[in-house]
Amino acid sequence: MSQIVKMQGMNKYFGKLHVLKDINLTVEAGEVVVIIGASGSGKSTLIRCVNGLEPFESGKLEVDGHPLAPKGGNQKSLAEIRKEVGMVFQQFNLFPHLTVKKNIMLAPMKVKNTPQVVANGTAERLLQRVGIADQANKYPSHLSGGQQQRVAIARALAMEPRLMLFDEPTSALDPEMIGEVLDVMRELAKEGMTMMVVTHEMGFAREVADRVIYIHEGQIVEEGKPEDVFDNPQNERTQSFLSRVLKH
Amino acid sequence: MEFQFQFDWQAAIQSIPFLLKGIPYTLLISFGGLAIGFLLGIIFGLLSINKRWFLRWPATAYIEVFRGTPILVQVLFIFYGLPDLVGGPIDPLTAGIAAIALNSGAYISEVVRGGVQSIDKGQTEAGLSLGLSRTQTFWSIVWPQAFRRMIPPLGNQAIVSIKDTSLFSVIGVGELVRQGQVYIANTFTAFEVYFVVAIMYLMITLSLSLILRLVERRGLTSV
Ligand SMILES: Nc1ncnc2c1ncn2[C@@H]1O[C@H](COP(=O)(O)OP(=O)(O)O)[C@@H](O)[C@H]1O
Ligand SMILES: [Mg+2]
Repeated sequence: MSQIVKMQGMNKYFGKLHVLKDINLTVEAGEVVVIIGASGSGKSTLIRCVNGLEPFESGKLEVDGHPLAPKGGNQKSLAEIRKEVGMVFQQFNLFPHLTVKKNIMLAPMKVKNTPQVVANGTAERLLQRVGIADQANKYPSHLSGGQQQRVAIARALAMEPRLMLFDEPTSALDPEMIGEVLDVMRELAKEGMTMMVVTHEMGFAREVADRVIYIHEGQIVEEGKPEDVFDNPQNERTQSFLSRVLKH
Repeated sequence: MEFQFQFDWQAAIQSIPFLLKGIPYTLLISFGGLAIGFLLGIIFGLLSINKRWFLRWPATAYIEVFRGTPILVQVLFIFYGLPDLVGGPIDPLTAGIAAIALNSGAYISEVVRGGVQSIDKGQTEAGLSLGLSRTQTFWSIVWPQAFRRMIPPLGNQAIVSIKDTSLFSVIGVGELVRQGQVYIANTFTAFEVYFVVAIMYLMITLSLSLILRLVERRGLTSV
């Protein structure tokens, strides 16, 4: 098995704030890693480092064989990494001036010079796959939150990524729409996509994750199979976090 | 003793053909200047939000200077002052267009800056995360959205600039006000003539408002 993400001794600061502390983490191809932790613990920052949306100060990072240097170092591989890593945001971040289909076609056409007819076919196929083929020519604002997030997933998939990052993809959704998005993610995991998922959906984590990572104040304090982390947490921080979130 | 003033419709109507000759100049100075001003606004507006100080500072200086001084002084400076510098006369039309360009350019820079900064950072992040370069992300994602938001303030600026051209009678461009002054010098019908001049400005600015409103409404349906 090959390693898609390799982090070694990574540190990240926002000014004086030490946000990620000595992170060591590898993600194997096909693995689904779910990252949990309290708000402000550094979950978003961690996955945003993977595609270079946040630079880091020290340590080593390699994504699908491309080394990414700390801030100030050689960032040449960044373009390559971003082509291979898809990201889904809490707020969807769809392009409101483009139709759903054009949202999906944009990156393949601009980045890979995919011909329009090909990009169009891919977009239709992906929309089918996420279950909203009938919305192709609408603008994002005319879709429900759940539909928008499924478009965002399709948009990322159009680049045929080797790794998908999800930053709380269901946190901005009305409860009744969470399921449809998680279903798409579950499918994706089943098909073998490598995924790093930040989520508060513990049921999803237990069911889909190969590994669960608990972050506390920028440090990985617990890591293991979902059943081990959820049912038998070793660290007392993890225990208190889980007892808080699993109560309701 | 009784003072009676009669609005002389005859005089007003008679002045129209002469005044109309000023409109092409008014329009040429306004829209010629605004077209260049728009380019300046894009360039300096974007420079003013650049990370690099040596690009940001000159842009900010330009914006502050041309927003902070009266356009009348600017056009006088260009028409009477600059020839000393460039060693040759500048014709009034060129001076007028240059003044509108530089002046509106400064305000449009601010419009551009505001428009671009109003677009959520998540849009840029989404573009970058899909593999688009910074340039691609800007021009295909941020700019089209920012531009749509810029339309109302740009329309506003166009109306201000059209009215500003009336000041350029001082350098002798034959625009609307200048035509009026020349006409009045022979007929002494100031009230009627300036009334007609005002109506003509109003017709230009109202048509522009109307067009902008239509454009805006069309823009909204797709966002
Ligand atoms: N752009 C930023 N500038 C300064 N501080 C930030 C920035 N982004 C996040 N932080 C801080 O870094 C810490 C980790 O944030 P984040 O990774 O967003 O946490 P999480 O996703 O776990 O809620 C928080 O204390 C947050 O306030
Ligand atoms: Mg977060």
